[in-house]
Order: sequence, then C-alpha cells, then structure tokens
Amino acid sequence: MRGRATLHAWLMLGPAMLLLVAFTHYPVVATLWHSLFSTPRGARPARFVGVENYAALADDPVFWQALSNNLLYALGTVPLSIGLALAMALWVNGRIAGRAALRVAYFTPTVLPMIAVANLWLFFYTPDYGLVDRITGFLFGWGPTNWIGSQETALGAMMAIAVWKEAGFFMIFYLAALQAIPPVLYEAASVEGASRFTVFRRVTLPLLGPTTLFIAVNALINGFRLVDHIIVMTHGGPDNATALLLTYIYEVGFRFWDTAQASALTMVLLLILALVALAQFTLLGRRTHYR
Amino acid sequence: MSATTLTPTAAAQPRLRLGLWLETLAAWTLALAWAAPLLYALWAAIHPTGYATRFELFAPLTLDNFTAAWNAAPFPRYMLNSVLLVTFVTGCQFVLGTLAAFVFARSSSRWAGVLFAIVLVQLMIMPDMLIVENYRTMRALGLVDTVVGIGLPYVASAFGIFLLRQTFKQVPKELEDAARIEGCGTFGILWKVYVPLARPTYLAYGLTSVSYHWNNFLWPLVITNTVETRPLTVGLAVFASTDQGIDWAIISAATLLTSAPLLLAFLLFQRQFVQSFMRAGIR
Repeated sequence: MRGRATLHAWLMLGPAMLLLVAFTHYPVVATLWHSLFSTPRGARPARFVGVENYAALADDPVFWQALSNNLLYALGTVPLSIGLALAMALWVNGRIAGRAALRVAYFTPTVLPMIAVANLWLFFYTPDYGLVDRITGFLFGWGPTNWIGSQETALGAMMAIAVWKEAGFFMIFYLAALQAIPPVLYEAASVEGASRFTVFRRVTLPLLGPTTLFIAVNALINGFRLVDHIIVMTHGGPDNATALLLTYIYEVGFRFWDTAQASALTMVLLLILALVALAQFTLLGRRTHYR
Repeated sequence: MSATTLTPTAAAQPRLRLGLWLETLAAWTLALAWAAPLLYALWAAIHPTGYATRFELFAPLTLDNFTAAWNAAPFPRYMLNSVLLVTFVTGCQFVLGTLAAFVFARSSSRWAGVLFAIVLVQLMIMPDMLIVENYRTMRALGLVDTVVGIGLPYVASAFGIFLLRQTFKQVPKELEDAARIEGCGTFGILWKVYVPLARPTYLAYGLTSVSYHWNNFLWPLVITNTVETRPLTVGLAVFASTDQGIDWAIISAATLLTSAPLLLAFLLFQRQFVQSFMRAGIR
C-alpha cells in the first residue's frame, strides 16, 4: 500500500520535474560546460579551451559596457519603479477623486506587450515632432533631441520605458499589503493626534517592509530580463550605449552564432542572479515568503 | 489612507486641503503619462495617416488603418499561433502544476522538501535567460520553429506549482477523509476536492500566465523563423521593422490589434484581473 502511494507520487511529480530540469537546471550546467569549449564551425568540432572564452570576455570592451549599462539599468529602474509603485498604491487606496480610473491607467501597461509598447514609444521619442520633444520644448524650450539616437540619452530613454511598464504591476503588491494593514492601527494613530506624514512614516512604511523587499528582488530580476523593447528599438545601439547582458547574449549567440562566447556571457548573468538570490536569502531569512 | 479619520484643527485645515489638491494633481498627471501611449495609439489608428502628428479635435474618423494593417501582414495567422501557444502552455501548466503541487502539499517527507527547493530555483533563473542552451536542446529535439518548441520550456512552471501548493495546503484534512470514506481514490480526491476549492487560484494563475505568454518576445523570436509559427509579438516586430517605413497610423493600428484581446479582457474584467495579479503576488 505504502509502495503504491510512493509510486503514485513519483508518477505525479515526474512530468513536471523532468521538464523543469530539462529547461532550467540542465541548461545551467550545460552552459557552464559549453562555455569551456570553442564554438564548432563547419567541419571543425568544438574543442576544450578552458577559460579562453572568459579571457576573451575580459578583453571585450563591449562586454564591460553591457555589464555597466546593465547595472545602471537595474539600479536606476529598481528604486524609481518602487517609489512610483508606492505612490500609486497610496493614491489608489486613498481618498483621491476617480480612484478606479487611476487604477486602470496605472495598471494598463502591465497587460500590453512590450513590443507593441516599443512601437508607440518609438514615436514618442521621435526628434522634433514626437510627444516627448513637444512637451520638453513647450515646458523648457529645449530644441529637438534624438532621445534614442544619441549616446547620452538612449539608456535613460530605455529605463523610462521599463519603469513605465513595471510600476503599475508593483503597485498591485503594495495595494494588497496596504489593504492588509489593520484599520485599528490608524485609529490608534489618530487618537494620538499623529499627522498624516507621521502615520505614513511610523505605521504604514514599516509594515510595507517585506513587500518592498519582495518587489525589489522582482524588480532586480526584471532589470536583467526586461529587454524586449531594447532589441527592437535600438538593437543595443547607438554604439552599444543600450547594450545589456541579455541583448548582448542574443547578439553574440544568434547574430554572430558564437555560442561558446554566448555561453560564457550567460554564466556571468547567472552569477549575478545567484548573488541576488543569495542576498535575498540572507535578508529575508528562511522563514518568510517561500514557506 | 482611507482610515485616517483625523479631525485637524481649524488652522491646519486649508494646508491639508492644499496638500490633497496637489496630490490629486500629481496622481492625475502620472495617470495621464501612463495612459498616453495607448491614447495616442487610439488616436493615430482611427484617423487618416496625416493626423498621426497633428491633433485636431474634428479630424475625420476611419477604420482603414486596421484593414490596411490586417492585410499588410499575415496577422490572422499570427493571431492563431498566439492562441495555440497560450492554450498549449497554460493548459499544460495547469495539468503538470496540479499534479506536482498535490504531491508537494500532502507529502511531509524530506525528499519532497528537497525536490520543492529544486523547483523553486526557477523563480530566480527563468528560461528567458537560458535561450542559448535551450535553443541547442530544441534543435536536438527537432522542435525549432514549432509552436510546441516555443511553449515547452515554460510548461513546467515553478511559480504555478508554488501557487497551487500554497492553496492545496489550506484544504482541510477532514474533506479529504470524507471523500476517502465515500470511496474516492487519490485522483478522485484531487479532482473532486482539491481542484474545485482552488478555482480562484487557477483563475489568478491563468490570467498571469496567459498575459505573460501572449506578450513574450525574445524566446519566440529566437526559436521561430516562419509565418506558420510566429506569435503576434514576433509578427508585429517583423512587420514594424520591414518595409512599413514610418506610417504611424498603420503601425498604431497593428499595435492595437496585437494588444486588443488582452486589453479588452482586462478592461471588461479589470476587477478580477487586478485581484488575480494581487492573489498571484501574495506569497
């Protein structure tokens, strides 16, 4: 009887585990393995080259630029989208007129495909007659700016799109957390005569701590994953100003077909994610969230 | 802060009101910025091309851009591919996730715990980032340029297993015992007790999954090369990058066509959508 239950359990777990290992765990190991070999070309099979691919990466200025771009992209979008998400959640949860409409407006980018969004933003960023130039021209009297065509502004323009896409999604988590705060706490604070700001700082904010950490981890992962718009809008250009790790992996792996080099690049990305996971683990402890 | 029943002194009242007024202004400005791309797309798509950059209140209306976009590229085929893809992925995720979550929720053995930890690795390292190696696997399996090839890496989802396990864990043991006395087997219990009770979770997970895979781009771009398999996102990217030049009206129409199914579903069921994403997010 007991043996049959175990058999059942394995049969039920089997398909999911098999596919999970085949497309998540195996590729990680295989990436490491293939990053130690040369790319097979034509009649020449792959041969063991040790850390040669990594040495080539270290000598590759584009890799270093993609890495620093990506860190900037992640560190820039994470606090911005968290801050905006919190503001949105407070507004939507508060007393402001037309809250339902606000919620729809904030959340809509979440359900739009990044590719569709990229087309629209491409128009917004068009020099001279695009909406961004019109607004900056009207407000500050700035001349035409080639937002995605010049090296100084291209990465910032891409970050703006990422923040726009994510903030409404993260708002949802804050909204859930805000609604879970017992009203008794606010009543107590109002009896004490606390100001709105004090209530926010001393009651609301501390209770949102775990949610903020959870959102931060997700935003950080997205900082390395959310690259669709870059691939269609700038192809990592101009002159690699918007190249990120994943866009560079795509370019090296599927445009130059240098799979060995792309594997080494992927290992760098995986290493960063492992560090994020480690940081999350130490910060959150074992107890919260995933139990 | 709906619960702040503050009774400020008379002197503080105008300042408070000004603060609220400023906040309302900020909230609405942000909302406008957030809605702007979609509003613009609507404007450009329902007016003749010349009005894409000129905003006149009484510009003539037209639906020609939609027909032009629909006929300019094989969008019906792309749409079909997307529907097939999303159905395949979400359907398989439900079946595999349910079976695995059931075991994880009921087993207290140490091995189940270890396996579950292995599953959770995927929350951090997603197939999205393993495109090089997964492409190699798909080539070995002969699944390059197939809809199955696009969906397969996502079919076993740690997120889904995790979500369903949390829900299944809350099912009272008494219900299971009762079903067993009625003569239900393991699968009977799963099907008649656990699955019906987890319906809200299925809805929540289904909506997040459908929108994720409808919108997914990089992996489908890599693994497909023909019209017969490309989903809408890749089709739209191909369409917008080729001969179109910059006819914003047609591109806007194509963009709306691509987003329409999800967008309509969202606007019609927005309460369920938001609650679903919320439920899926609370861990």
